[in-house]
Amino acid sequence: MIAPSARPKLASKAMLRRDKQTGKDVLLYPEKGLVLNATGAAILRLCTGERDYQSIVLELSASFGESAPAALEGEVESFLRTLAERGLVEGLEP
Amino acid sequence: MSSGERVYTLIAELTYRCPLRCPYCSNPLDYQERKDALATSDWLRVLTEAEALGALQVTLTGGEPLLRDDLEALVAHARSLELYVTLITSGVPLERPRLAALRDAGLNAVQVSIQAPSADESDRLAGTRSFEHKLEVMRWVKELGLPLTLNAVLHRQNLGSVPQIIALAEQLSADRLELANTQYLGWALVNRDALLPGEAELALARNAASLAKARLKGRMEVLFVLPDYYSDRPKACMNGWGQRYLVVTPDGQALPCHLAHTISGLEFQNVREHSLAEIWQSSPGFMAFRGEAWLPEPCKSCDQRQLDFGGCRCQAFQLTGDARATDPVCSLSPQHGIVQAARLVAKAPSDLVPLRYRGSRQNVATPKP
Repeated sequence: MIAPSARPKLASKAMLRRDKQTGKDVLLYPEKGLVLNATGAAILRLCTGERDYQSIVLELSASFGESAPAALEGEVESFLRTLAERGLVEGLEP
Repeated sequence: MSSGERVYTLIAELTYRCPLRCPYCSNPLDYQERKDALATSDWLRVLTEAEALGALQVTLTGGEPLLRDDLEALVAHARSLELYVTLITSGVPLERPRLAALRDAGLNAVQVSIQAPSADESDRLAGTRSFEHKLEVMRWVKELGLPLTLNAVLHRQNLGSVPQIIALAEQLSADRLELANTQYLGWALVNRDALLPGEAELALARNAASLAKARLKGRMEVLFVLPDYYSDRPKACMNGWGQRYLVVTPDGQALPCHLAHTISGLEFQNVREHSLAEIWQSSPGFMAFRGEAWLPEPCKSCDQRQLDFGGCRCQAFQLTGDARATDPVCSLSPQHGIVQAARLVAKAPSDLVPLRYRGSRQNVATPKP
């Protein structure tokens, strides 16, 4: 599990934007891009480096109408770890 | 226009001028005849039109893009369009304040090339003293908080130093390392006998790269690009002709790839006379190799045709004289013998083959098939 006090943020090489042609959010980095689903985009928007992981999970749970944050936490963690392996997210360690 | 094509990346070749003289330069052989012809206002419009067509990324390259003094304005405009802006540079005419200004204008990422991991060798291959300055530029890139890609173009004369290139990239804290073998087109084709590696040295370098890739996961992205000559099947060049990439040259031609304008018989249009949308959607040059109707055999009935689209059109043209031919790197091509013969030469290389540097005064004839 990611520590509740960790403050994840996008790496400096990554840029989040809306693709106007598809209406989907995309994460751009050198020579590549990832198309995000709504959950992924919502997670990354909260990864500003200012909020801690615990508050990110709580806010996501609230906005997705999920009463038990634990149910969502696994999904958020695996998403962030996958992006960290690609060097697109930093700060998963407190 | 059939479905599926969309500009994702604009490659803006701002000038063919460059302080380096690399013997594998990807600019056309007759680059000196193709002058910078686009004003700042033309490039600003090209950026706007590319974004409207769907572009998400723009690569500012050349030649050496820093030789244009409107680079800051182009970066700022691209970023205002929310394009992801990458600068590809030799680093040579760059000082720290200008790099800071480019960052402040919105530059997203910087790619700097080296020719080898030591000053002597890098300067010899670049044809000019540049290595020490490149190192300094790369340190500034990191100090200014910009992501750094270190690019090294590989060939027989530097493949053995891949471990040292990896070590240098780590020392510089590069975010990305591009170990890209030369593709044998244009200048590199002229110099093929001096540059094409043998299979054994290629395998060693590839192995070093894959070990580094695993070890550096999450810290540095490591890419290793094979030369087409050692693949059994051709690559999906540019992800297909006119599918995702749009190149605009210093003289304003809009192309599906860097060298498409060197294929005789194709007609390309200029951004000063046509909108990018017109060119992308219906110009004869872009339509020439879209879809499958043009495919020759053995491609037409091949189950790989949707993966590689018959390979690289420029390579087919430069090796066989026919841009419609199957890319000869494919082992199914009736002209694959051309590539096999080149591999045989590389297996028993002579050290006596001189390099023909870009811009050399000697006449460079386009190699005939």
